[in-house]
Amino acid sequence: MSGEAIIEVRDLGNRFGAQVVHEHLNLDLYRGEVLGVVGGSGTGKSVLLRSIVGLREPSAGRITVFGEDLLSLSGERRSLLERRFGVLYQRGALFSSLTVLENIALPLIEHAKLSREAAERLARVKVALVGLPSNAGDKYPTELSGGMVKRAALARALALEPDILFLDEPTAGLDPIGAAAFDQLIGTLRDALGLSVFLVTHDLDTLYSLCDRVAVLARKQVLVADRLDVVADTDDAWIREYFHGPRGRAATQAATGVPGSS
Amino acid sequence: MSTAPYLQSPAATASHTEARLRIGGDWTLAHYAQLLPQVDALRSQLDAEVRVDLSDLGALDTAGAALLVELLGAGRLAELAADAPDLSRERRALLQTIGQAMADNEAPAHAKAGSALGDVFAHIGEATLTIWQHLVALLGFIGLTLSTLVSVLLRPKRWRLTALAAHLEQTGLNAVPIVALLTFLVGAVVAFLGATVLADFGASIYTVDLVAFSFLREFGVLLTAILMAGRTASAFTAQIGSMKANEEIDAIRTLGLSPIELLVLPRVFALLLALPMLTFVAMLSGIFGGAVVCALTLDIPLVRFLAILQEDIGLNHFLVGMLKAPIFAFLIAVIGCLEGFKVSGSAQSVGEHTTSAVVQSIFVVILLDAIAALFLMEMGW
Repeated sequence: MSGEAIIEVRDLGNRFGAQVVHEHLNLDLYRGEVLGVVGGSGTGKSVLLRSIVGLREPSAGRITVFGEDLLSLSGERRSLLERRFGVLYQRGALFSSLTVLENIALPLIEHAKLSREAAERLARVKVALVGLPSNAGDKYPTELSGGMVKRAALARALALEPDILFLDEPTAGLDPIGAAAFDQLIGTLRDALGLSVFLVTHDLDTLYSLCDRVAVLARKQVLVADRLDVVADTDDAWIREYFHGPRGRAATQAATGVPGSS
Repeated sequence: MSTAPYLQSPAATASHTEARLRIGGDWTLAHYAQLLPQVDALRSQLDAEVRVDLSDLGALDTAGAALLVELLGAGRLAELAADAPDLSRERRALLQTIGQAMADNEAPAHAKAGSALGDVFAHIGEATLTIWQHLVALLGFIGLTLSTLVSVLLRPKRWRLTALAAHLEQTGLNAVPIVALLTFLVGAVVAFLGATVLADFGASIYTVDLVAFSFLREFGVLLTAILMAGRTASAFTAQIGSMKANEEIDAIRTLGLSPIELLVLPRVFALLLALPMLTFVAMLSGIFGGAVVCALTLDIPLVRFLAILQEDIGLNHFLVGMLKAPIFAFLIAVIGCLEGFKVSGSAQSVGEHTTSAVVQSIFVVILLDAIAALFLMEMGW
């Protein structure tokens, strides 16, 4: 793994009124890695993601992506940088007035300057790639199940061949088979394309099978960000509960094939 | 930084002992549009013997990989995946993943286009059926509302007074300024029209009767009902529709509660109370608008205006107007709520049904008003 950080979060502070979500938060995302971000409900995982992609102006601190501060860029340069992001929102955020195929083709037509025909042809490939049946492409988002919406949203996130993929709870709501296929797809893409992935998840199996590093969000900061085994051995009540609770043990066992250490 | 991709057909290197398809450069999304026609042209003339040379391949992403898969086909791809010295393990995995996905996923056949005339007939049929279904649904919903109403009326403990008060404020009190202003203006306009036309017959004094008749019998209630259809029916649909989209209606049902009782009845009651009151405001304000015009342009002072009203206009005209108000109110509220329940999932659907609620309720109001006018005229009331 190369040591080049493509996202640097320094001293980040986020507050909503009197409620402080982040304070002096530091985090790096390195090129070509999958970084899993975990934390209890309400620890600001999604807020962190929104801050990094520039949807939310942080109350304090600095975030640089590819060495540039997104919020201080001019509109055009910011748009160029944003095309290198692929974001999968928690609930898919597919455009409800467009079919799945049109959803995926939209960025291709707007940014990659493809003809409509070529864009739809490529969109069909993406639909297949994320494991959707071919007739799903002509459906509207409301006609899809929750899991299919997730996959379609991933296909749209991958449309512009992003350098960084932001995934907000991608496997939540997927059946175990679909979730495993999802993990494998992300792994393949990371290896072949050198994709960096910022992954917010609660899925312990995904953490074990996919993530190169894991960052734990608690008490308004990143408690620890390191390889999974290092994180799991960190001496903190919440982390112990998370990784060595009944579900954590089961996932460890499944991933390593030996009974959990505790 | 990026190198242009190229695709050299076997024919170009035919002088070699062995035909080779040379593929190189960056096969990425940026070059997709440029490569696509080349790939399409070459794919058909590629025979199975050709060897593929990928040694100069630069960057590769999923768009480029998809093109390669289309160009080479599944068979050759499997060969490449098994043994290709030029490709890294990761790239082989990518090609294989995409190849697999595309093999499982042939483009679906498109539905056959029908003839234009057939489409028109099909459309007319569909529209007719839709109207019929709307009517059946509306009557069913009215029945449901009435039966719930009866069961709730007998049990005062189940009256939702807080919700009723809130809706009464929104639909009634908050609408007073707009209703008063608009009917005042229309009253003034009617008086102007009357003054102009009746002056030719030397009967401008009858402007008073014109304004009073029209507002008591028709305009007061009709204008108010149309305003309420635009303002309140749409609000009901949007409120209930977004609850439906958010599965809140389902939650109400599974909690063992009745959405009709919780959501529909307070709204219906609120409008049943609000619309007659607003109609009364509208009548007063319309007649006042007429009185102002009479005083300013026809030299009929307010006292004289009121005297004519008292002499010429019977109470029955006022009653005819007021009796229509609750009927309109009920229909507007029921249509607004029903359209809300018809919303399915998306935000777009909320918008569509809101529009539909406004159109339907205005249509119903005007239709009923016309029928009532005919009936009352024949009856001589």
